[in-house]
Amino acid sequence: MKAKSAVGKEGANFKISRKGRYKLIWMRYKRNKLAMLGLIVLAAMLLAILTAPLYLDYNRAITQNISAAFTGPGQDGYLFGTDQFGRDLLARVIYGGRISLGAGLATVAISFVGGVILGGVSGYFGGKIDNIIMRICDMLMAIPGTMLAMAIVAALGAGLDKLLISLAIVTIPGNARTVRAAIMNLRNAEFIEAARCYGTRNARIIFVHLLPNILGPLIVTTFMSLGTIILCIASMGYLGIGVQAPTPEWGSIISENQSNIRYFPYLGTIPGLFIMISVLSLSFIGDGLRDALDPKMKN
Amino acid sequence: MLKYTIKRVLMLIPTIIGITLFIYLIMSLVPGDPAELLSPPEATAAEVQALRVEMGLDKPILVQYLNYMWDILHGDFGVSWFTQQPVADEILHRMPYTLTLGVYSTIIASLISIPLGTLTAVKHNTWIDYVLTFLCLVFAAMPNFWLGIILQINLSLNTGWLPAYGMGTPAHYVLPVIAVCASSVANNIRSTRTWVLDVIRSDYVRTARAKGASEFVVIMKHALRNALLPIITGFGSSFAGVLGGSVVIETVFAIPGISTYLTSAVKTRDMPIIMGSILVISVFVGVVNLLVDLMYSVIDPRVKYE
Amino acid sequence: MEKLLEIKNLKVQYNTDEAVVYALNDFSLDLNKGEILGVVGETGAGKTTMALSIMKLLPEHVAEVTGGNITYNGQDVFKMSKKELRALRGAEISMIFQDPMTSLNPVMTVGDQINEVLKIHHPDMSKQTRAEKVAEILTLVGIPPERGAQFPHQFSGGMKQRVVIAMALVAEPNLLLADEPTTALDVTIQAQILMLMKELQKKFGTSMILITHDLGIVAEFCENVAVVYGGEVIERGSVEQVFARTKNHPYTDSLFKCIPDLTTDATRLTPIPGFVLDSRTAPVGCPFAERCQKATERCVQVKPSIHYVEDGHYIKCHLYENEVGK
Repeated sequence: MKAKSAVGKEGANFKISRKGRYKLIWMRYKRNKLAMLGLIVLAAMLLAILTAPLYLDYNRAITQNISAAFTGPGQDGYLFGTDQFGRDLLARVIYGGRISLGAGLATVAISFVGGVILGGVSGYFGGKIDNIIMRICDMLMAIPGTMLAMAIVAALGAGLDKLLISLAIVTIPGNARTVRAAIMNLRNAEFIEAARCYGTRNARIIFVHLLPNILGPLIVTTFMSLGTIILCIASMGYLGIGVQAPTPEWGSIISENQSNIRYFPYLGTIPGLFIMISVLSLSFIGDGLRDALDPKMKN
Repeated sequence: MLKYTIKRVLMLIPTIIGITLFIYLIMSLVPGDPAELLSPPEATAAEVQALRVEMGLDKPILVQYLNYMWDILHGDFGVSWFTQQPVADEILHRMPYTLTLGVYSTIIASLISIPLGTLTAVKHNTWIDYVLTFLCLVFAAMPNFWLGIILQINLSLNTGWLPAYGMGTPAHYVLPVIAVCASSVANNIRSTRTWVLDVIRSDYVRTARAKGASEFVVIMKHALRNALLPIITGFGSSFAGVLGGSVVIETVFAIPGISTYLTSAVKTRDMPIIMGSILVISVFVGVVNLLVDLMYSVIDPRVKYE
Repeated sequence: MEKLLEIKNLKVQYNTDEAVVYALNDFSLDLNKGEILGVVGETGAGKTTMALSIMKLLPEHVAEVTGGNITYNGQDVFKMSKKELRALRGAEISMIFQDPMTSLNPVMTVGDQINEVLKIHHPDMSKQTRAEKVAEILTLVGIPPERGAQFPHQFSGGMKQRVVIAMALVAEPNLLLADEPTTALDVTIQAQILMLMKELQKKFGTSMILITHDLGIVAEFCENVAVVYGGEVIERGSVEQVFARTKNHPYTDSLFKCIPDLTTDATRLTPIPGFVLDSRTAPVGCPFAERCQKATERCVQVKPSIHYVEDGHYIKCHLYENEVGK
C-alpha cells in the first residue's frame, strides 16, 4: 500500500515496486549531492565531538597557560592555535560543540515532542482546546525568539538546563502550528474519511493514517529549525547568557576573543566557521529531505 | 476596514497581557526574590522584609501583576531595581535607535530580496540561480554577530572607512544594517523565489503568455503581483526576526538601543527593564504585522475586511 | 480549401527527473480555414501538448521538441522570433483553457484582463474604443458589461469560462484552440457554453480546434474529427464518415462501444481492455497494438502508415492497407 502510493507520485507505473517507501526516499535523497555532503559533514562533526574525550583532554580547553598564549594554528602541536590564556582552541571548539550542537539537538527533540503533542491535540480535537493552545502559541510567537529566550533565562536564572527550557518554549509554538495545520488539512481528507467509514478506531487513524503523512513536513521543519536554534544558542553564548564561563561554547568563544580577532583572525574565523558549516550542512540536509519526501515540491 | 483595524488593535491587548503574565509567573516559580538580592549582605531579616513591603513584593503574585499593569496604563514602567532609574524614560530614549535599525534593515532587505528573488525564479536552474541560491544559504548560515565583527574589523578598524561603534551619523548605521539584513535578505530571496516560481507555473500566467504579453509584462504584472501576498507576509515576520537579530548586533556595535538595555538587564535579572523592553518590542511587532495585514487588501481583491 | 495550420511529424517529449515522457510521436494534422475540428482522445494522449505546441507555450526546461514542425499560414511557428510569436498569440491564435477557475488572474478585474489583449495587439487603439470593445464582447458572451469591473472570484465557474471566451475572441483571432473548455463545468452549463462558442465561431468565422474526450460533443459541434492515441493521430475524417461506424480504427471502434447506445438492446458497455499507454517508452509499432483485439505480430513490430478509406477519411492501421481512398 505504502509502496504503491509512493510510486504513484512519481508517475504512472504499472510495475508495483517492492521497495519500501523509506528506501525510495533514501534513493531520492542520495541523488542530491549537496544533501549528501551536508549529511557527511554533520556526521563527521558529531562523531568528532562525541568521541572527543577519547583523543582530547578537556583540560586543554579550560586550563590557562599564559606562556603559550596566541600560538598560531599548526604551531607547537596546537592545530587551531591558542587564545589569550594559552587555551587550546581545538579543544575549546570541539568541547564547545558539545554544548552548541548538543543543546541544539536536545532542544529540537523536546520541541518536536512538544509540538506533536500540542499540535496534534489542537488539530485533531479542534474546538475550545484548539483555540486556547493556538492563542498561547500566537502570543509566544509575537516576540522575537532570541528576546523571549533571553527573558525566560533571566526569569529562570543561568544554566544549560534553563537555556534548554527557554529555547523549547520559544520553538514549540512553531512546531505545534505546523503539526496542527497538517492535521487540519488531512483531517477531512478523503482517505481519512474512508478509514472512518471502515470503522477504524481513533488511535489507529492518528498513528497509522495521520502521523505518517505529517511526518514528512514535520521532519523537514525540524531540521530547518535546528539551524536556527544553533544560531540562537550561539547568539546567547556571545551575549554571555545561558552557559557560564569558562565552559566553552561556539558563540562565547567568539565573544571572549573579540578584542583579539583583529590581530589574530583565526580566533574568530575558526569558531565562526564551525557554526556556519554546521548550520549550512543542516540546511542542505533539510532541502534534500524536503525534495526526497515530496518530489512534487521540487523546483 | 476601520472596524477591522480597531479589532486588530484590540487583539494586541490580550497578547500583551498574556506575555507579561507569562514572564511574571515564571519569575514567581524561581526561588529567591529581588528584596534579598538588593539588600546588603549584612541586612537583617526585618530589613529585607521592609524592603519587600516597600517594593510591593509581599503581595500575591497576581496582585503584584495587576499593580504593574495598572502602572503601565499610566505610562509608568517602574524603576530599575539596581539604578532606580525610571524604565520608561530609558526606553523612550533608546527606542529610536532600535526602531531605525529595524526599519532600515527591513526596507533594505525587501529592496534587495524582491528583485533578486524574482530573478532567481525567472532564471531558475541556470547558473545565476545556483550561485545566488548558494550564497543565500551561506549568508543564512552565518551568525550575524560574526558577520558584524568581520565587517567591523575589515571596513572600520583596519581601514577607517566607517565608524566602528556607537550611533550618531547615518554612516554609523551602515555596518549594523548590513549585519542585521544579511540573513533576512538571504531567507527572503529564497522564499520570494519559491513563491514566484509557484505563480509562474500557474494557469493564469500561461493565459497571459497566450495573450501575447511580453515576458516582462508577464512577470511584473501577472506573476509578481500575485506572488507579493505571501512575500509580504514573510517580510512581516522577518521584521520580528530583524528585531531579534538586532539584539546581538547592538552589542557588537555598542549601539545604545533597547537590545543592549535588555541584554544587560538579563544578566542582572533586572525584571522591570526586561518586562518593559519585551512589552514595547511586542507592541511594535504587533503593529508591523497589522500593517502587513492591512496591505493585503490593497494587493489582493479577494481579501476583504468586514 | 486553403490550409491554415499544418502540423508535420511533430515529436515532443517531457524530460522529468524521473523519466522521459514521449507525449507526441510523429503527430501530423492539417486544418483548413474555417474548419471546426474535434480532437478526441484519452487523458494523456497528447491533446493538450499539441495545443500548447501550436502556440509554442510548452513549459520551458521540461518540454523538448525533438522533431517535426508546425506551419501557420505558411510560417514556421518554431522559427518565429519572440516578437513574431507574441503577435501570433492572442491576435492570430488564441486559446481557451480547461479550467476557468485557475486560468484568470485573481488580482485583475476581468475587464482589465480582456482589455489587456487589445492593449497588446492594438496599442494605437484609443482607450475609449478599447473600453467599447470590451463592453461589446462581454455582452456577446452574455455578461453584463458593468461586471467587467469585478474580479474573477466574484464569478461562478460558467461565468468565468465566458470571460475566458471573451478574452480569447476579443482580438478576433483566426484560429481558436479550445482545450476541453467544458470539462470543469456542470453538465447544464456545458451545453450553454458550447452553444455560445458555436454562435461566436459562426459570427467571427474563426477556425477552431476543439479538444475533448467526449464523442458526443464532437458529433454535435464539429464538422471533422481527429482521433488521437499515444501521441499520434490514428484516424481523421468528417464527423459523418467516422460516426457512420462502417470503417474505423479499432481504437475508435472501442471508444464508440464505451458509449451507451439507446437504439440497441445491449445491456453492457464494452470497456477497452488494458491501460492507457505508458508513454515513457516510445512504441515501435502501433501504439494501440497492446490493447487491440485485432492486433497481429506485425502491429507490434511495424508502425502502420496512413490509409485513406474514403475521400478525406484516413486511418492509421494495417487493417486498411488495401483501401484506395484519397
